[in-house]
Amino acid sequence: MDFSLTDEQQLIVETTRRFVQSEIVPLEDHLDPDAGALEPQDYDRLVEKTQTMGFYGLDIPEEYGGPGLDTTTRALMAIEMSQHRAGLYNPCYGVFGGAGLAQLYEATDTQKEQWLYPTLRGEKKGCFALTEPSGGSDPARAIQTRGFKDGAEWVLTGSKLYISGADKADYALIFARTSDDPGRNGVTAFIVDTDTPGFHVRRVVHTLRATHYATELQFDEMRVPEENILGEVNGGFAIANDRLSRQRIPYAAGCIGPAIQAQEMAIDWAKSRETFGSPLAEKQAIQWMIVDNEIDIRHARYCVLEAAQKADSGERFRTEAAMAKLVATEASSRVVDRCIQIHGGVGVTKDLPLERWYRELRIRRVGEGPSEVQRLIMARDILGGSFK
Amino acid sequence: MGIRLDKSWETLNPETIASLPAQLGVYQVADDDCNVLSVGYAGARHPFGIRSALDDELQFHGNQATKFRYEFTSNYRSRWDELLMLHLCDHGQLPEHQRGEEHRIGRLSPD
Repeated sequence: MDFSLTDEQQLIVETTRRFVQSEIVPLEDHLDPDAGALEPQDYDRLVEKTQTMGFYGLDIPEEYGGPGLDTTTRALMAIEMSQHRAGLYNPCYGVFGGAGLAQLYEATDTQKEQWLYPTLRGEKKGCFALTEPSGGSDPARAIQTRGFKDGAEWVLTGSKLYISGADKADYALIFARTSDDPGRNGVTAFIVDTDTPGFHVRRVVHTLRATHYATELQFDEMRVPEENILGEVNGGFAIANDRLSRQRIPYAAGCIGPAIQAQEMAIDWAKSRETFGSPLAEKQAIQWMIVDNEIDIRHARYCVLEAAQKADSGERFRTEAAMAKLVATEASSRVVDRCIQIHGGVGVTKDLPLERWYRELRIRRVGEGPSEVQRLIMARDILGGSFK
Repeated sequence: MGIRLDKSWETLNPETIASLPAQLGVYQVADDDCNVLSVGYAGARHPFGIRSALDDELQFHGNQATKFRYEFTSNYRSRWDELLMLHLCDHGQLPEHQRGEEHRIGRLSPD
């Protein structure tokens, strides 16, 4: 495959890199090392800049006013946008805007008016509520939240776990079992306003991500109008699954940025830090770690760009996306781990971003489908057949 | 495990602050009647962790602040948000000087 960038892609990459290094990184010097947001005045100022650059709302489809980037260019930007302390889970602190829940682009016109367009205007926030205490890797079978029809309404009862942003959301996309089918054909997607009686955010779930917490939700006989169903009754899992596949490429790309930054930091440190009369860079043990980092970074980048190019060309890309997710999350974790080792004591302090990347990258190997599920997906495509 | 910070109150003064380890965590500062004046955190930017943060609180509130309770945690950011949300849920509003945080934090219904 040809991984050379077009002139336009090169310009976008350089512009994004300059933006991150000149606008974002200096602000982090004054923020808490685990901060998840900029000061409001800085956020507003930088949003104005990204709007002027024509980069605001990167993931919004062109027909809805977005810039219409292809997957490859979007992946290249994700690699650049994550090259700062908070970059893994909060690239550029959101100043490039959001696109809302991708599933809402498939909604009815009435639903779009009620939830999608206000989200794109920044007036509403949504959250995605799929995972339950019974499991997340096999959601089609794990969903125990029940929905039954009562007149013109559906009544939902159950709970969800590890849901991001529910405490601040105006609405939630909730998946519930609505038939006796125990698998993927018995799940329906509901759009539910979070002020609906019976919707409860019960607690914060603290994780290795010290600032972006998850939440636990409980639904007590929550009544939802029939018109709030997204798609077809019992057709909700396809909607959830579509998101899970498409998300993997930018998710993988975002892992590479911190690895690149960590490698640059380790190289600088190895050249300047001396032990036993010579720089660390002259020790073979350090050289090999730096080389192994480079191999991991390039491997991850190739896998991500291959998946992105296949997606752009309209080919099947499920295996490539799964491979990109697996390789990028695991390779970047190894890189940051080695860079901490090269730095020694200072590597584990909050004076440097390495410890935050180390913690947060560990989650990436679990989130959006753990490494083992990615291998299952690839095995299914390589060996053929499907799993019961 | 309860999610509220419901440990016993301790006396807030320079001596008790100095006796604390310089760790990261969250805390509440209150007046004589146990009315919460601040819900705060000691983060990595505080040179001596919770000691520095409580020193700042003492400077800010003066004699009005007489009690405190705390919890050490490296997840001070998410725990702080959680305590703010719980305070908002229990009292309808945040302590006066923290009202600016109300637009930023989410909403919990824990009970």
